[in-house]
Amino acid sequence: MPAVSKGDGMRGLAVFISDIRNCKSKEAEIKRINKELANIRSKFKGDKALDGYSKKKYVCKLLFIFLLGHDIDFGHMEAVNLLSSNKYTEKQIGYLFISVLVNSNSELIRLINNAIKNDLASRNPTFMCLALHCIANVGSREMGEAFAADIPRILVAGDSMDSVKQSAALCLLRLYKASPDLVPMGEWTARVVHLLNDQHMGVVTAAVSLITCLCKKNPDDFKTCISLAVSRLSRIVSSASTDLQDYTYYFVPAPWLSVKLLRLLQCYPPPEDAAVKGRLVECLETVLNKAQEPPKSKKVQHSNAKNAILFETISLIIHYDSEPNLLVRACNQLGQFLQHRETNLRYLALESMCTLASSEFSHEAVKTHIDTVINALKTERDVSVRQRAADLLYAMCDRSNAKQIVSEMLRYLETADYAIREEIVLKVAILAEKYAVDYSWYVDTILNLIRIAGDYVSEEVWYRVLQIVTNRDDVQGYAAKTVFEALQAPACHENMVKVGGYILGEFGNLIAGDPRSSPPVQFSLLHSKFHLCSVATRALLLSTYIKFINLFPETKATIQGVLRAGSQLRNADVELQQRAVEYLTLSSVASTDVLATVLEEMPPFPERESSILAKLKRKKGPGAGSALDDGRRESSSHDINGGVEPTPSTVSTPSPSADLLGLRAAPPPAAPPAPSGAGNLLVDVFSDGPAAQPSLGPTPEEAFLSELEPPAPESPMALLADPAPAADPGPEDIGPPIPEADELLNKFVCRNNGVLFENQLLQIGVKSEFRQNLGRMYLFYGNKTSVQFQNFSPTVVHPGDLQTHLAVQTKRVASQVDGGAQVQQVLNIECLRDFLTPPLLSVRFRYGGAPQSLTLKLPVTINKFFQPTEMAAQDFFQRWKQLSLPQQEAQKIFKANHPMDAEVTKAKLLGFGSALLDNVDPNPENFVGAGIIQTKALQVGCLLRLEPNAQAQMYRLTLRTSKEPVSRHLCELLAQQF
Amino acid sequence: MIQAILVFNNHGKPRLVRFYQRFPEEIQQQIIRETFHLVLKRDDNICNFLEGGSLIGGSDYKLIYRHYATLYFVFCVDSSESELGILDLIQVFVETLDKCFENVCELDLIFHMDKVHYILQEVVMGGMVLETNMNEIVAQIEAQNRLEKSEMTLRVSLIPTFTSPQGGLSAAPARAVSAVKNINLPEMPRNINIGDLNIKVPNLSQFV
Repeated sequence: MPAVSKGDGMRGLAVFISDIRNCKSKEAEIKRINKELANIRSKFKGDKALDGYSKKKYVCKLLFIFLLGHDIDFGHMEAVNLLSSNKYTEKQIGYLFISVLVNSNSELIRLINNAIKNDLASRNPTFMCLALHCIANVGSREMGEAFAADIPRILVAGDSMDSVKQSAALCLLRLYKASPDLVPMGEWTARVVHLLNDQHMGVVTAAVSLITCLCKKNPDDFKTCISLAVSRLSRIVSSASTDLQDYTYYFVPAPWLSVKLLRLLQCYPPPEDAAVKGRLVECLETVLNKAQEPPKSKKVQHSNAKNAILFETISLIIHYDSEPNLLVRACNQLGQFLQHRETNLRYLALESMCTLASSEFSHEAVKTHIDTVINALKTERDVSVRQRAADLLYAMCDRSNAKQIVSEMLRYLETADYAIREEIVLKVAILAEKYAVDYSWYVDTILNLIRIAGDYVSEEVWYRVLQIVTNRDDVQGYAAKTVFEALQAPACHENMVKVGGYILGEFGNLIAGDPRSSPPVQFSLLHSKFHLCSVATRALLLSTYIKFINLFPETKATIQGVLRAGSQLRNADVELQQRAVEYLTLSSVASTDVLATVLEEMPPFPERESSILAKLKRKKGPGAGSALDDGRRESSSHDINGGVEPTPSTVSTPSPSADLLGLRAAPPPAAPPAPSGAGNLLVDVFSDGPAAQPSLGPTPEEAFLSELEPPAPESPMALLADPAPAADPGPEDIGPPIPEADELLNKFVCRNNGVLFENQLLQIGVKSEFRQNLGRMYLFYGNKTSVQFQNFSPTVVHPGDLQTHLAVQTKRVASQVDGGAQVQQVLNIECLRDFLTPPLLSVRFRYGGAPQSLTLKLPVTINKFFQPTEMAAQDFFQRWKQLSLPQQEAQKIFKANHPMDAEVTKAKLLGFGSALLDNVDPNPENFVGAGIIQTKALQVGCLLRLEPNAQAQMYRLTLRTSKEPVSRHLCELLAQQF
Repeated sequence: MIQAILVFNNHGKPRLVRFYQRFPEEIQQQIIRETFHLVLKRDDNICNFLEGGSLIGGSDYKLIYRHYATLYFVFCVDSSESELGILDLIQVFVETLDKCFENVCELDLIFHMDKVHYILQEVVMGGMVLETNMNEIVAQIEAQNRLEKSEMTLRVSLIPTFTSPQGGLSAAPARAVSAVKNINLPEMPRNINIGDLNIKVPNLSQFV
């Protein structure tokens, strides 16, 4: 007897559906639907009150219409009315409609919430479940606000039915996921952990899901779940399959619960208790053993369920990464799956092996499967699987197999699906760079990439090869020769022309000795491509030509002829026209010496994280992190690549959430490029950090072109007036802050006004005010000399990812400052999130023709956004206690640098921003303060206590805030003030 | 977490759509179309997982699907779910449908959309797996049906005074129901309903 008796349906609904299905055309269907909508609308609006049954029927019709993809903008009120029916079926359809079609209409939400509240209080388990379902399905913040506090009570109440507990657990989980701040932690957490022992397996499954989510943020609160989970798991794994009756699925005992338990355990490190650990290892071994047993059923469901547990077990083993024996077994098991006839298993095996490859113990073991994986890349029919194979090859690559893997991936690239080509290109480029033993191989590989998949070679990739060639003089000759050969091909990709043009412009002289690649030959080869190229490439080639004039004086006449041609000098494109004009003039007016200076070879690029790596991470999202992990083993030890490898700090941990953070933190924090001489002159073309995005400058593409070339004069006029612009730093170049910058910054931690900097030429004064998370700062630049400053340009720079934490808007100032005059600059500041490093202020100008530059730290520190908070002693201590986690506190004991004067100290603390609280500390000598740091995204409550010890001339400073870095940072800032 | 459950037929007609994350309606339809095109071009015997489409959540999401006769069952899940586990869950859902409808077919999904939703609700709640034990799920559905029946009898039991004896009722409940509809409704049930409603709504709206 079927559980759903088909005859019970609503006849009107069935008729309507049949009508729709009989419609011959889309138009007929729409017509029928519109008719029905009009009918329902009039019924709802009509004077006659509808009975529950009719409402139910109409709501059902609306649901059907919605499923067909039509907008439903009414009926919500009727659905809400159904919620308050005391008939189950009417209530049920009402809730269904709300869950599927919820509307953010707040009036309605209130009514819905009322109905839910009634049902939750009804003590009728069926109604309670409906209400819990609705909350979970909608999961909106409003619902969270209304019910988050009630659900834990229902969950742990002794008299709740199993089905209610089950629903309550998942409902709470959903609310916690949507708005974690709304779910109050409390004594119920301990009781939730004990649900792991519940009789009802459904309750246990729901509880495990809940705990897995909660324990990620509060690992300590739920620590006791480890031993409970292990014993539960052990009971399931060791039981005969019949013990769990209904929860046995195709002869596998409770597969979902096992999987969830194994996931939960992955939130924690291996159990510390030896007995628990022993029991767990036993479980894991049992699962691995069972995998070798003959299957109890031929059904695919049986093997699926069994393998679901097996893969989760392997994940846990990889997560622990501490039992070499288990790791090897896991690896062997995955190896078996790599050749399994089930595609799903091959897919999952490749995916798991990817994480295994980053484990110290099993990297070698994974490598033994290289041939199988390469074979998978070549022969798998499914693109999902091939993609996993490519990922795994990337992850298992190291110096020993790099050549093989790179060449296989290159070969695969020729036939690869378009969707994944770009990613493969990035991976090949990274591997080639990372494991290059000799750089000629690297250059060959990248040129091959361009040849095979030129369209998919992004800027990052070809920028990078230029960067590396420029930095390594041992490969320059080879690179010049190779690009020269590559350019001989009748049809070559535009990216090849770009790379070729740049390299020959820099290093063409290295192959000019060979008559086959003499300067005129090089030039005519490049120029033969010129007309087929885009504007950007042609602009680059023009720069190459002017460099040729310097490298090979014999080509001067030819090149000048090209530049002088009407097609260049009067080109419709301004960039090309300007370049042609300027270069032509430069080549005719400048002496050889000047030319040699202006067009000198590019200095080495500053070392930094590969922008390709950053791009791959962006492209792949969190998943890429694990594949990049192997950088950890390689980067520090064999650093033959001259430090162009990724910094170890960008390596992410296996946890997906940590990965996300890792991405943002990728550029080393607050690290202005090391002052490696030439680095200062160089433009940050290759970095994609925020610093490289000039706010006022040209678009990145133009920026690249105008800056990649040797220092290009801004206009012909400037060029003629000043024949040595090489010394003029580019607009985006920021030197390191001056040595005193930190000291100067410290002067402003507790005050807002004063002189920030002064030397013989320039004085910079500051006046600032801050309110909430906003601030305004006036900077006054005074010219102390009697000579006009020219090209005066102060700019504010956000090192690292500071931009996402602090927004500073600046107004431009006049570019001339007369002798003895003062100009004023206004900065609008908004604090978005808490931040640790201040922005940099870079001031550049020309004084009597000599360029001057200066970088300071802008006196904006996190404490400027303090709002003082007054509170009574009792409140203070209560909050102090609430912030008692070790990481919330920062403490410093230090020697007094200034006389210990209570009044001065008070003034400083007030200047620091916090309120001073009297009569709080039992010791009247001590100072206690409280305040809230206001940022756009969040508020951080701060409590501080300063204990002077006059005898020892020492202080002890303690900070407690709700955010660990803030505590530490405030503590450091303040400690330097006394 | 399960982000969405989509069931459509071989022509891409949606038969059951459930989103556990809010998307505007046109985006929902776009997701259905995109998902359909993604799975349609895949052979039946290749793997059941594929990287999520561009619309739901990006690369952390996977589509896990099974193809049964005329219907595709597609679950869009994030990395916190076990792929094989979800594959089994689809199987449980379909087997449950089969039990409840006795040889379920596409038409059952069309004409009993509400019932299908209720069955799904017993398996997945707010994007999380609620129950995997088929017997338990079927028991819940049967309990629901009993409730429904009892409400129906309540409704119809008022009729005998006006119409036929109950004999015809169990034989043709649908006809009985429409009979109820055609008769001018007896006052009684409405009073029960509305009486209750009157007490609840005004009282509570004052609270807010």
